Order: sequence, then structure tokens, then C-alpha cells
Amino acid sequence: MLNPFNQIIRINAIGQNFSWFRMVATLLGGIVLLFIISPILGLVLETPLESLFKTAGEKEVLDSIWLTIWVAMAATVLFAMLSIPLAYLLARYDFPLKRLVLGIIDLPVVIPHSAAGIALLGFMARDSILGKTSSAIGFGFVGTSAGIALAMAFVSVPFLINYAREGFSSVPERLEKAALNLGASPVRVFFTISLPLAWKSIVSGFIMMFARGMSEFGAVVIVAYHPMITPVLIFERFGAFGLKYARPVAVLFIGVCLLVFILVRLIARKEKKDA
Amino acid sequence: MLKVEGISKKYKQFEIKNITFQANPGDYFMLLGPSGAGKSIILEVIAGLIKQDEGQIFVDDIEVSSLSISKRNVGLVFQDLAIFPNMSVAQNIGYPLRRKGIKKVEERRSIQQIAEKLTISHLLERNPISLSGGELQRVALARTLALEPKVLLLDEPLSAVDVQLRSGLMALLRNLNREGQTIVHVTHDYDEAISLGTNVAVVNNGSIVQTGSPVEVFRNPASEFVANFSGIKNFFQGTIQERTEHDLRCFFTGNIKLWLYAEDPVGEGFVSFSENSVAVSLEKPDSSAVNTFRGTIVDIFQQKHGFEIWVDVGIKIAALVTWESVERLELIPHKEVWVSIKANALRFIEKI
Repeated sequence: MLNPFNQIIRINAIGQNFSWFRMVATLLGGIVLLFIISPILGLVLETPLESLFKTAGEKEVLDSIWLTIWVAMAATVLFAMLSIPLAYLLARYDFPLKRLVLGIIDLPVVIPHSAAGIALLGFMARDSILGKTSSAIGFGFVGTSAGIALAMAFVSVPFLINYAREGFSSVPERLEKAALNLGASPVRVFFTISLPLAWKSIVSGFIMMFARGMSEFGAVVIVAYHPMITPVLIFERFGAFGLKYARPVAVLFIGVCLLVFILVRLIARKEKKDA
Repeated sequence: MLKVEGISKKYKQFEIKNITFQANPGDYFMLLGPSGAGKSIILEVIAGLIKQDEGQIFVDDIEVSSLSISKRNVGLVFQDLAIFPNMSVAQNIGYPLRRKGIKKVEERRSIQQIAEKLTISHLLERNPISLSGGELQRVALARTLALEPKVLLLDEPLSAVDVQLRSGLMALLRNLNREGQTIVHVTHDYDEAISLGTNVAVVNNGSIVQTGSPVEVFRNPASEFVANFSGIKNFFQGTIQERTEHDLRCFFTGNIKLWLYAEDPVGEGFVSFSENSVAVSLEKPDSSAVNTFRGTIVDIFQQKHGFEIWVDVGIKIAALVTWESVERLELIPHKEVWVSIKANALRFIEKI
């Protein structure tokens, strides 16, 4: 005999295991993932191993990769020291025009990077205040690694500030007040409580900024075509010799990028454990 | 010594008005009031976490109102404890020691000493995330004690602790106080205030409505709020004796013996009972009530429901009597009556 409860149970079971919405969402998500993976995978598969090894031996390529890594790292470290305190201020205090300040910080993300490069070039050119001051002490920005660092920092520093700000916001203010109550100075509270507890977000921001800096092309190419960072080298090889010659450098650089990020993440995790 | 003079502050939806009190060295000062009365804000203003709109705060005669939080030398144990999750228990306790510029070895020794005192030595290397509420409470207390504060401020320190662990923690607080630590303790719990406090200030709607010893405050409530908050007018201090063969305990207050049931050990404490549980009669009652006394009516007050009658039997006992009974028994001042209270109606609160 047909039990009416059985039917209800069966309907419920189907309802739990099958959802049109979930299926459609999975399908759409799959398309996006494929869209990201397939060009990169294609790039790697279409590059013969032999040409990869050959390219890896070229001095020009190795120099550019090394330059890209250390300049991006230097820019990130320098601007981390400048912007982590700012991120803390933004997370903890309200002040007039705070929204405007937050908008300014996001500005480099929304303007075209070639435009950013042109703006920077004007800012650091020899006849600007910065250019005059620096050349007086025998130091230049245009066409130097210092200029590259500034261009990288300009387009990537918003990531670090925003991640760090979110990290500091998630640290309960009560813990800082408790530390002050225990006699610690505000500086000690920052270094022993706020910074360690926001550390995870700061490292994420650091990695994001570093990654964004390493991969920057638009702003850098205008400020300094030479010395050549790898993204510019890829562009040059593509323009001068075509797709086939640009590919090995591109694959090599993608590999290096992945390796560096894994390394930075591992180091950050270890430091956190030791701390 | 802590002296608070005329502190007022509007903070979010709360307000405290003209808070004035003094906790002398060695005092166990209770701030008692319902939740939302503004008690925690008083502590946070004293610690400097919130800046007052008006008033002054003195610690050992030094004005601290304008000093920064870290220079006030008042240790605040937060209600949510605020244990640093990025440090071990030992590092938490050692946190305030670092600023004094003492050596590592000494620091280690101090941490060990404090931990032993609070019986948490076995937890020192643990991560605070893995600790229970009672353990965390002790860690928070240890950390604040390491500061050697002039005044220890406790915000509802027993609220996060299991009932079984409460008495242990209460004894600990009492011992700290006996060793000379001045304590200001915020609570909503009447029993806690009576048990621990040498002084009680009752807080309501952001103001202190009465201050005094627990006996003064609860026996002579200055306002309806205080009377209602304790809910009890029959409130006596004395000592409880050994158990008798019938399980009853004798409680001495002055020359009067009250019989009741209690599990607490022999010693000092308080007995309270509701006015409703007191029966008044003209003849010696032939009832089951074990506490029967002869006395004189000293006062009669009209209440919302019936009359409140105060009878002096050696101690003054309040009884709530209906209109009908007052008329029928012709209860008037100076008349001799009997009062009786059942042993079950009496409640004993141990003085810790």
C-alpha cells in the first residue's frame, strides 16, 4: 500500500541532493576556471622543453628575471614600512575626509597603468622637483631601477594597504587597551599585539603587492624601458621576433613567479610559527 | 587608595552621573547593580580607557585623570578577559613585567610565583585558546597581578566561571584582599557582593544610590531600588554552628538563635528571609515552624498589599501582613505578638 509519508520523504531526498541552482552555478564557475587555466596551460604545452632550457641559459633573460624580482621586493619592503602604519591609522581612527583618503588609496587600481606611467614620468623627470633634488645628489629615476621600483609601487601599494587595514580592523581593540592597561607603551602594543594579530592579512597584502609589482608592465615600460624587467622583455621579443620567441620567456617567468610566491608564503608561515 | 570624585560621562547609550566613592587600602569594594547600570563604564573611566566628561580620580593621592592608560597603575581584569591569543600563558602573565626592565631569569621566577599562587603553574606553556573559562579567568588575574597594581579592578570576574569553580575563585579573591590588595569589584550578583565585599556601593541608572558595609546597605536600604534589588529586609550577620542530629543548623545573631538548613561550613555569614515568610500571631503558635519568638511591634508601614510590620524580638524582624489580619488581631505599635518563621524559609550566605 502506498504510504503518503514515503512520498514526502522521497521528495525531500531529491530536494536535498539536487538543486538546479547549484548545478548551474557549478557549470558557470567551471567555464571561468577553464578560461583562466587553458590559455596558461596552452602556453606551457606549446613551448618545447628544448627552447625553454635554451632561454633559461640566456644572460639577458636571467638578468631581467633577477632585476624584476629584487626591484619588486625592494619596492614592497620599502612601501610596507611606509604604509603599514598608515593602514593601522585607517583601521583604528576616524578623522575628517577619511573616505577621501580611502578613495585616493584605491586610485592607482582604477586608472590605466600607462596613464599612471606618464604621470609618474612627469613627477620624476629631470626638470621636476623630485628629479632636480635627486640628480643634485647624483641619483636618477628615469631609466633606472629606482624608477622601476616607484612605478611598481604606485600600481601595487593599494593591495598592501587594504589588506593590512582589514587585518588591523579584525584585531579586537580591547586587546590593545588591555595591553596599555598592563603598562605597555603604544609602540610596544603595536609590535606585540596589533602587528602579530594582523600578521596573516599583512603577509597576504605583502604577497599581493609583490606579485602585482612583478607583473607590472604598463607603468614600468613608460618610466624605464631599460634596464629591462621581464614583462618588458616579453613584450620586446614579441614585437621584434613574434609569438614563438616570446613564449619561452613568458613560460619561464610564470614559473619563477609561482615559485617565488610559494617561497614567500612558506617563509611567512615559518616566521609566524617562530614568533 | 582609590578616590573617585564626581565622575560623569555620557558614553554611547549609557551615562554615569556624579560617581563619588573611596576605596581605602585593603578594602574590598563592591559596585553592585543591575546590568546596564553603568558599572563597567565606571571601571573603564578609572583605568583611563574612556575619558570622563567631568570629575577627578586619585590613586594614592596622585591625580591620574589626565595620565595615559599605561601610567595609572590600576589593573583592570576585563569581563571578556582579553587574553592575548598570540602568546602562551607564561607570555601573557609576563607581559607587564617586561616594562620594568627586569632580567629574564627574574621575569621567569615572578611568572612562576604568580602562577603558583593562582594554581596555574601546569598551564604556563599552554596556548590560551585551549583553556577553560575558569582557567582563563585565573590567567587574566595573574597577568594583572604581575603589574602589582595599586588597585585591582574586576569586571564581573565570576560570571564566566562554572558554579563548581566559583567558590574556589571567590576564596582566591578574598585571600588576595587579605594580603592587602585593594580591590574594586563590579557585579550584578547580590550574593557575591555580600560574600566578598567589605564595602558596597549600589549603582542604578548610572548613579551610586547607596554606599556602606553590606549590613548597613541591606539592612537599611536607603531607597526602594536597593530594597527591591536585594528584595530582602530581614538580613542578619552572625555565625553558623555545627549540624544537629536533625540536620538543622543553628545561626547566632546577637543573642538570638535561628534554625535553618545549610550546607556551608561552620563560620561567619548572613541569614536572610523574605517578609512574606514571617507569620504574626497573638498567642504562641502551635505550628511546625521552628523559629518562634515573642516580641513587640515597633513600626507599621502601609504597603501596596497589606502592612509591613516590624517586630523587635531582640533582632528586628519584618513581616508582611494582610489588611484583614491587622484589623482582626488589632496590630498596633507596642503590642506584644509572636512571630514564627519556618526553617526552610531562611537562607544562609557564607562570608568568604
